[in-house]
Amino acid sequence: MPIDYAFIWAALIAFAVLAYVVLDGFDLGIGVLFPFFRNEHDRDQMVNSVAPVWDGNETWLVLGGGGLLAVFPLAYATILPALYMPIILMLLGLIFRGVAFEYRWRTTRWKPVWDVGFAGGSILAGFCQGIALGALVQGIPVANRAYSGGWWDWLTPFSIATGVALVLGYGLLGATWLVFKTVGPLREQARRFALPLALVTVAAMGIFSLWTPWLKPHYLDRWFGYPTAIFSVIVPLLVLGCLYLIHKGLRDGRDWLPFVAALGLFVLGYAGIGISFYPYIVPTALTIWEAAAPDDSLKFLLVGAAVLVPIILIYTSYAYWVFRGKIDPEEGYH
Amino acid sequence: MFESFDAVLLARIQFAFTVSFHIIFPAFSIGLASYLAVLNGLYLWKKDDVYLQLFDFWKTIFAVAFGMGVVSGIVMSYQFGTNWAVFSDKAGPVIGPLMGYEVLTAFFLEAGFLGVMLFGLKRVGPGLHFFATCMVALGTLISATWILAVNSWMQTPAGFGFNDKGQFIPLDWWAVIFNPSFPYRLVHMVLAAYLTTALVVGACGAWHLLKGTAPRRAGKMFSMAMGMVALVAPIQIIAGDAHGLNTLEHQPAKVMGMEGHFQSHAEGAPLILFGIPNQDEQRMDYAVEIPKLSSLILKHDLNAPLAGLDTIPRELQPPVAVIFWSFRVMVGLGFAMLGLGLWSLWCRYKGTLLTARPLQRVAVTMGPAGFIAVLAGWITTEVGRQPFTVYGHLLTAQSHSPLGAPAVATSLILFIIVYFFVFGAGTFYILRLMGRLPRDPTAEIGGAPLRSTGITPGPASNAHHGGSHAH
Ligand code: HDD
Ligand code: HEM
Ligand code: HEM
Repeated sequence: MPIDYAFIWAALIAFAVLAYVVLDGFDLGIGVLFPFFRNEHDRDQMVNSVAPVWDGNETWLVLGGGGLLAVFPLAYATILPALYMPIILMLLGLIFRGVAFEYRWRTTRWKPVWDVGFAGGSILAGFCQGIALGALVQGIPVANRAYSGGWWDWLTPFSIATGVALVLGYGLLGATWLVFKTVGPLREQARRFALPLALVTVAAMGIFSLWTPWLKPHYLDRWFGYPTAIFSVIVPLLVLGCLYLIHKGLRDGRDWLPFVAALGLFVLGYAGIGISFYPYIVPTALTIWEAAAPDDSLKFLLVGAAVLVPIILIYTSYAYWVFRGKIDPEEGYH
Repeated sequence: MFESFDAVLLARIQFAFTVSFHIIFPAFSIGLASYLAVLNGLYLWKKDDVYLQLFDFWKTIFAVAFGMGVVSGIVMSYQFGTNWAVFSDKAGPVIGPLMGYEVLTAFFLEAGFLGVMLFGLKRVGPGLHFFATCMVALGTLISATWILAVNSWMQTPAGFGFNDKGQFIPLDWWAVIFNPSFPYRLVHMVLAAYLTTALVVGACGAWHLLKGTAPRRAGKMFSMAMGMVALVAPIQIIAGDAHGLNTLEHQPAKVMGMEGHFQSHAEGAPLILFGIPNQDEQRMDYAVEIPKLSSLILKHDLNAPLAGLDTIPRELQPPVAVIFWSFRVMVGLGFAMLGLGLWSLWCRYKGTLLTARPLQRVAVTMGPAGFIAVLAGWITTEVGRQPFTVYGHLLTAQSHSPLGAPAVATSLILFIIVYFFVFGAGTFYILRLMGRLPRDPTAEIGGAPLRSTGITPGPASNAHHGGSHAH
């Protein structure tokens, strides 16, 4: 049997995007929560808790985008024009929050400005990512190897709802991260936020699970046809399990547990989306094989990825390990 | 105001605008990362505190510049898809994997070790911290290598074929990566980054020498930077000359434009020093020429024949005026840098390097020269490639996304506003950081009265710039 490189790459890109969503998810979440934490010292700690790792987290986004260009050029060339405005706005949001990490230490008078940039940029980026996801789930018209819709097609009630939901979900990741990494009043406040955010996130997941199957017959098929229907039964149970673990972790003061369980929620939701999409990469216009680059391109990059991705995971874990444990409120990184 | 523009032109302006901002930061951070690694290494080796102080000083500046490079770079990696969808679909199978390798080998390396380099000294100890600094520097160089392979392939494509969908497909990866212009472009660009950094470091050192802030550290910086300029500027000129000969071989129309040669010359072409290119009439107005010199430079023979743009159909000529001037700006600055380097050698020889105020004043003025030369060089390269995106195979006019002018105009305006605001502020912070070399409280000041400038800024600068953040 010949090796199906396109399938392997679909799995790898899916992994990169998931890694991005959960990793940058919690540091974007810090920005989402920023407006609710008014104490300056708390805010400094919030930023410091992600300062050493945010750049690495965001690199998964570059891998997702760059990887798509390399292995599914046709998907890259149709999705990005279709989601033109959300993508541009997401990039602008990422600019504001990215520079804020350094800028807010370089000035006192303008620090509030960059704090607004950090919060606003994070919220905007998360919202646009949610919109992009929603619009993609709804489908993109493709004709003659090109996007054939207009530049406002992405704007629908569904995509706005996914945008809001993702921002709240990132807020959950951010809150549980703060519980995990901080002490004192900051941790207390994050604890109070975590459970309501978890409930809202799970509710949103429920709503989308009921909404999505009716968007396209293909999804209905995937959700209620055999064998994928098994998944449709198990996932809700696992989601409730994660919710319970978040609650338990918060209650018992096991500070790492809520964060891990919140990651679990994201992985489950993501798996649901993946199962709905398959075998399409642009539902229901392009399958992964139609969008794939020639095998020579896929093979060439796969050799590197097979060696390099494990190495990347090792030194990225090392970087997290160096900054392990609760952050000391008195130790400024700067 | 944009009615008369079409979507392609707007997309070109947008790409040029965002990439021009982007390249400014890598040009600085490639050199600065190496410089930091060197300072860190020297400190560990010689145990002289001056290197550690310089390391800490430049590290903060590096962090700000690097942050700007990252966020402007993420924009670039999505811009191919948003604005150049057809190009992405067609060229993706060839250039995509190279950019994928850039992410896997360079971006993760930089990002993974940046946190340790900036914040981790106390947690990992000096040895591992130095290792992290070296990895960041290595990452910037690897990144330059891959992205220049991509750009060079677009200039001088090799090792590819076409499939039935009209896509470029790789036939020989080695030939794709080591395409004819790649080695030249890589050397020229890395040297440019080192020169740019040396000029900035030198200007900062000279500024503080002139003000007498911290003579030992300022003197060290200035001496290191001037040495680097003196060493690299001549190499850069030689590399640039070789690069030009390579371009003449593979993209002759570009060199004709750079030289302003509208006419072919059967026996020795003149070097046109200055003139006003008149592309509509296909001639140079008010040209000041040195007979036969161009043939000497390009062919190393006074009487060699040289073809001109009259051999290229009008619609395949690059815009001559732009590249004629941008090329002259780059070369002019290159020789100015050479002059600065030689002058500094002369002062060093006479032992007046740290006291020669005219030299230091010129070094301060030359601080931004590297950035200008880098931009001028890229404009020459990229505009000279027109009207193609993939030289000789894919026209720019056939590369863009199926988007209307309003969409592209909206995003362009947003980029312009945000970039000037955000990167303007960042540049201001960097300049302010450079201006604040803390005074050394010890003997370095040599009996001058101690003032607390630097560590805690004086009230005047507080009122004007919002003060500093003390930590
Ligand atoms: C990986 C590819 C790549 C890289 C590294 C660069 N460019 Fe480029 N550039 C392009 C790929 C490209 C492009 C996508 O192919 C464009 C868009 C339209 C076009 O014709 O080429 C382009 C156009 C373009 C234009 C407009 C030319 C015109 O339309 O007349 C300018 C001024 C620049 N670029 C400048 C730069 C600078 C300052 C760079 C410094 C790093 C640079 N480019 C790197
Ligand atoms: C590839 C990276 C580099 C390496 C391996 C390197 C290596 C070295 C070494 C080993 C020394 C001897 C130090 C001593 O004996 O005092 C040195 C000194 C020096 N470095 Fe570099 N260097 C690099 C990049 C740079 C950069 C980017 C600059 C410019 C800003 C620079 C400027 C200098 C200069 C001019 C000196 C002379 C020392 C002085 O005058 O005090 N180097 N370098
Ligand atoms: C004075 C001697 C110089 C010569 C003869 C020279 C020559 C050239 C040539 C011919 C090109 C265009 C190559 C092409 O498009 O195919 C080029 C591009 C470029 N130059 Fe120079 N150059 C000189 C100095 C400099 C200096 C001092 C800098 C910066 C500090 C610089 C930075 C660049 C950059 C960044 C590019 C674009 C990238 C590339 O194509 O390599 N150059 N140079």
